[in-house]
Amino acid sequence: MARAVTNNRKALNTAIAWSIGILIFFPILWTILTSFKTEAQAISDPPVFLFFDWTLENYTVVQERSNYMRFLWNSVVIAGGSTILGLIIAVPAAWSMAFVPSKRTKDILLWMLSTKMLPAVGVLYPIYLIFIKLGILDTRTGLVIVMMLINLPIIVWMLYTYFREIPVEILEASRMDGATLKEEIIHILTPMAVPGIASTMLLNFILAWNEAFWTLNLTAAKAAPLTAFIASYSSPEGLFYAKLSAASTMAIAPILILGWFSQKQLVRGLTFGAVK
Amino acid sequence: MATQQSRSAARFMLAPAVILLLGWMLVPLIMTLWFSFRNYLPLRGGDLGWAGFDNYVRFINSSSFWPSVQTTLIIVGGVLFITIVLGVILALLLDQPMWGQGVVRILVIAPFFVMPTVSALVWKNMFMDPVNGLFAHIWKFFGAAPVEWLSQASMQSLILIVSWQWLPFATLILLTAVQSLDSEQLEAAEMDGAPFHSRFIYMILPHLARAITIVVLIQTIFLLSIFAEIFVTTGGAFGTRTLSYLIFQRVLESQNIGLGSAGGVYAIILANIVAIFLMRIVGKNLD
Amino acid sequence: MKLKNALFAASALVSAATTTAFAEELTIATVNNGDMIRMQGLTDDFTEKTGHTVEWVTLEENVLRQRVTTDISTKGGAFDVMTIGMYETPIWARNGWLVAMDDMSEEWDADDILPAMRGGLSVDGTLYAAPFYGESSMIMYRTDLMEKAGLEMPDAPTWEFVADAARKMTDKENEIYGICLRGKAGWGENMAFLTATSNAFGARWFDENWTAQFDQPAWNETLTFYVNLMNDAGPPGASTNGFNENLSLFQQGKCGMWIDATVAASFVTNPEDSTVADKVGFALAPNTGLGKNSNWLWAWALGIPAGTQKEAAAKEFVEWATSKDYIELVAANEGWANVPPGARTSLYENENYKDVPFAAMTLESIQSADPQNPTVDPVPYIGVQFAAIPEFAGIATEVGQEFSAALAGQQSVDEALEKAQALTTDAMEAAGY
Repeated sequence: MARAVTNNRKALNTAIAWSIGILIFFPILWTILTSFKTEAQAISDPPVFLFFDWTLENYTVVQERSNYMRFLWNSVVIAGGSTILGLIIAVPAAWSMAFVPSKRTKDILLWMLSTKMLPAVGVLYPIYLIFIKLGILDTRTGLVIVMMLINLPIIVWMLYTYFREIPVEILEASRMDGATLKEEIIHILTPMAVPGIASTMLLNFILAWNEAFWTLNLTAAKAAPLTAFIASYSSPEGLFYAKLSAASTMAIAPILILGWFSQKQLVRGLTFGAVK
Repeated sequence: MATQQSRSAARFMLAPAVILLLGWMLVPLIMTLWFSFRNYLPLRGGDLGWAGFDNYVRFINSSSFWPSVQTTLIIVGGVLFITIVLGVILALLLDQPMWGQGVVRILVIAPFFVMPTVSALVWKNMFMDPVNGLFAHIWKFFGAAPVEWLSQASMQSLILIVSWQWLPFATLILLTAVQSLDSEQLEAAEMDGAPFHSRFIYMILPHLARAITIVVLIQTIFLLSIFAEIFVTTGGAFGTRTLSYLIFQRVLESQNIGLGSAGGVYAIILANIVAIFLMRIVGKNLD
Repeated sequence: MKLKNALFAASALVSAATTTAFAEELTIATVNNGDMIRMQGLTDDFTEKTGHTVEWVTLEENVLRQRVTTDISTKGGAFDVMTIGMYETPIWARNGWLVAMDDMSEEWDADDILPAMRGGLSVDGTLYAAPFYGESSMIMYRTDLMEKAGLEMPDAPTWEFVADAARKMTDKENEIYGICLRGKAGWGENMAFLTATSNAFGARWFDENWTAQFDQPAWNETLTFYVNLMNDAGPPGASTNGFNENLSLFQQGKCGMWIDATVAASFVTNPEDSTVADKVGFALAPNTGLGKNSNWLWAWALGIPAGTQKEAAAKEFVEWATSKDYIELVAANEGWANVPPGARTSLYENENYKDVPFAAMTLESIQSADPQNPTVDPVPYIGVQFAAIPEFAGIATEVGQEFSAALAGQQSVDEALEKAQALTTDAMEAAGY
């Protein structure tokens, strides 16, 4: 009897959750479907949902016009590079804040976050001038640095919250055994924090991937990532919903697939210390 | 506990991050401050000399200034409200036993992976277009006149788009918090006949307080500077001009770096007011 | 042995000097319009002829403008060739930011460029950007709907006639709207159209002392006329419609008339995209009998930033892309209807091009626009649908937002004009007028 009730309730939960899930996902689904339509079908009235002549033509056209692989590779390098560089700088900082806290630790953390509030467009000219001086305009190096700086506060904060959850006793025990600081970090701390580090990396990879102001304004041809790719398909002469959809799908597909495989990590790991 | 040696090591390890961020903050900040006192018009030949407080006075006296502050606060507040309310509901729902939980979770968090530019383009063209958009087709199907979303309901549309993007983030963080709820305690309360709303108010909500604080803090930081969504959809028309968009117009459309920089300084002040306000709440919840 | 080496080195030097140039890699910023995308597809021809390779940076118009303006005003050097318009060219050239195009080759034939285009892209008689294509605006109308309404379109209609026809053609039940006009805010969107229209109504942006004129009756008349007409005969959501949206509406057969860029003619008559391709007629943009038509003048042109190290190669590219040969090349590949229009006199003298239905009206429209003398009353600025001063883009975009809100019914025409007057005065003061 109780079993039946649970099953009923489970069925109800399933129905509600799936409806909401599909509703939220629908804009993405619709974009993907539209990318396989012809331009005429894309704006047909009434709209067609599944029963149309599926075509890959839009993808061919987009690929002919833009060198997708280069944009993609730039996105991967910029997002990946900035995440790794950020991690290298943030791990020691987060360690020291978590295990050797001082009176100012919390202030420093909040101050770091507040640096993210500087309105980007207000400092475009200064940064652009600096980039010219350093000769790193339109280079991946330049963007890796900027993306790293933008996301560093978030990385530090996330790592800090994970490190704080690690019991200090374990570290003390290892110190008793004569482990050096370096060994302590590499052999004890890092393995314990792997899930946390993994979700930190994921989140920052996503944020860097989707950042559309600096990546667009500090690049030309060589270092332009997918955000610049999409800027060549928005508002063309004429309404090209199907091609826009194909370009959009190409821009978000890699990160969507990454998210798909790592959703467990994100669901468990994205706590920001919200759970005590 | 912490020895002198480990303290200095700690400082040493903290230094790179602090120095980098200090540089990242101070260099542009000082340059912004400098420009804000200059008459800097690139299209008129560049830096034309000292401007005193003219830029500051002009920026704050412009008829667009206060409306833009108001717009900023409405967007931030609206998005926070929607994402937190829906986020809590979704988190509670996703924590229930069901079939295909993993797939549903993916569906719900998917918008977070979509670039803001792409999401704005998709919403604007394929959903909110009053002639060819899907909403227009649905409205017509039910015999209603299509809504001109981006002009007649510009703020609501913008808040909808931004909320769609940030709902997954709120849901994820709230979900981790819901998962750590003591289910035995909850079940015991249910056995005792406590109705859902009192269980929610007295047990669930206090447990989620910390997670909600974090959602508020992180999202506010990102929402204060939303740009692509406005640029693509309305271009700042129909009352959707936020403070950062106004600065964009001054710097890039009017090519008045001095005036834009003064606006940047005001934006930093606004951000700090919001930050102090946040810290007050967060500070308590963060320890 | 040594002598032989030296001789070898010397001859190598000589041959390096005589073979024209090294193969360079050019970075070219351009807008994502159809003609430029076509040019991108034909890059191989350029590489074959010159040995230079090209990296394209194709961006949406507004993003492109931001991007190239930032780069040129900071001397960033990220681009070797930039696609700019008639608005930027004189302003940039006066700042010394552009390489003069006064030493082009004989075959390029500078005298062949249409005088209106050359005038708009020159400062003190020197050309600073080579027109890739040029446009004016004109009426595109549905011949079948016009007939159904029992009217006949004159070659040079008045606004009164156009408004009357638009109201008669409108059939909202069947989603037919008499007239589609730009409403989306932006200096290059609704303000291009409205500024050009205001010229026909006798309005102007500034008087000779650079005082804003939005408080004058002519502007009130213009805007009232426009808002009333659009409310009666325009499509829903007109306040967010720009060129693209209207193009698609017209192609779907939902507009009776559309007044917009002459380049749109090749899109609406292309049977592949347009459902009304064989039912389109053309006429001059309307007037009110005051002597000025409501048509604008614009060119997308290629400019070379001063100080680029690849000036020679960049010039070779500009010559290639704006040459008569390039027009032939496009014609051979895509047909005469798809060649970049509006830049060269020889195109309109070409027998092959005379068969193109919109060619004559395009030329007539371009020739009837006079950027030096755009309004009924005298003005201190140059430009038909804009004033070529650095402040204009910023001001007009904000004014455009007020007008857009008036069209959407969120404020009255009077309120919109009042705000426009205030913000223009304010911005002009800030700029030191």
